Amino acid sequence: MTDDRRLVVVGASLAGLRAVEGARRSGFTGSVTLVGAEDHLPYDRPPLSKKFLDVDTDPAERTTFRSEDVLSSELGVELRLGSPATALDVARREVVLANGTVGYDALIIATGSSARSLPGCEHLAGIHTLRTLDDALALRAALDARPRHVAIVGAGFIGSEIASSARSRGLAVTILESLPTPLGRALGAELGRATSLLHERRGTTLRCATGVQALEGNGRVERLVLSDGSVVEADLVVVGIGATPAIGWLDRSGVEVAGGVLCDETLATSVPGVYAAGDVAEWVNPLFDRRMRVEHWTNAAEQGALAARNALDRDPARPYAAVPYFWSDWYDSRIQFLGIPSSTESTVVTGTAESGRFVGLYRDGDRLVGALAVNHQASIMKYRALIAKRAGWDEALDFAARLHAA
Amino acid sequence: MRIIVDRDKCSALGICESVAPDFFEISQDGIMVLKEEFVTEDRLEELREACDGCPTEALSLAP
Repeated sequence: MTDDRRLVVVGASLAGLRAVEGARRSGFTGSVTLVGAEDHLPYDRPPLSKKFLDVDTDPAERTTFRSEDVLSSELGVELRLGSPATALDVARREVVLANGTVGYDALIIATGSSARSLPGCEHLAGIHTLRTLDDALALRAALDARPRHVAIVGAGFIGSEIASSARSRGLAVTILESLPTPLGRALGAELGRATSLLHERRGTTLRCATGVQALEGNGRVERLVLSDGSVVEADLVVVGIGATPAIGWLDRSGVEVAGGVLCDETLATSVPGVYAAGDVAEWVNPLFDRRMRVEHWTNAAEQGALAARNALDRDPARPYAAVPYFWSDWYDSRIQFLGIPSSTESTVVTGTAESGRFVGLYRDGDRLVGALAVNHQASIMKYRALIAKRAGWDEALDFAARLHAA
Repeated sequence: MRIIVDRDKCSALGICESVAPDFFEISQDGIMVLKEEFVTEDRLEELREACDGCPTEALSLAP
């Protein structure tokens, strides 16, 4: 029996791709439309701030996930690329695009997020953000032009990865962070500082507690004026100060939003038949009994597949209970984080910050809630099951003692 | 079914190990070790999840 329902997925990145693949894999035979703001076929973003920027990577080697033929012929997906969604009409069950409308019976919102930029410097060339493939191509070209001094605004993961790429090309790099400690929100103050020691070991200058007051130059950026009055000369500036969920198109739609699209445990939004996945979804993670929004690869992949299943399947919807995970590659180091950081306490259980190789655990009350590994790939995943089963802090420390004694 | 590892793509992130620890493990020298190559019917769902979870699409299943 053919299904006459129409699935529409708005957002053609990882979450959107996994949604259309998940729908087909679960046996959905109705129509599937994938709407994307960019002209490109769905592509993988993590490599864009890593390998893609390296001098010996061929930029023609794109990170496209599936060919157009696989998407259209094998998966039976109608592609509406280069068509940003501008509005949602839930009464008529229609997504309004820049170039038409598309009707749905089930809708997945997977519009991701956009890089924040610094206001007031639009008139200057030489200032970049990194989010899309086009951004990465432009940044690569700027690095190829061998700038004299690269300034990175924001000591987060994207900025740190770009700093690492620029250093590997032998360029002079300064990272400017407005907060007193780098990576505080992502890793907590103590282990954020510990991780950032990797920069100094490789000759990248990291300046914290210094805001950027102004960017100056004559047509092209030449210098940054900092909040303490000092000046940093830079002919290439990369701004890595986070991303904002792309939810503007949902204004007045009736879909409830806050920081992102508000979802329950099953990724259902406030509007029946409408689900969200990936960077935009602010859902209740039952594993931590709290609402969160996660901008990681694994989260987008898993939520995309589950949102489609929950939106289409007639069985009861499944909750998304997950231990968030992300990784970042700087210089020759790999940073991996599981769970959620907590400010209450973190403890290094093996190695030292100074050696650039350690594992740190995070507690919240009596519970293990997170684990950080810097150059400890063999250990990190062994903590995932512990976090997932809500292990207590003492149990975690015992486990760590046995694991790292071996 | 059999697990196929594309070694050119694998970067030993270890998500496979967290999903299916009986089949995958990251060794002390940071290399993904396939502990068991063959998958019986009752373990297929776990292995599909491990393949889907691989950020470098290095894992697949073949008859």
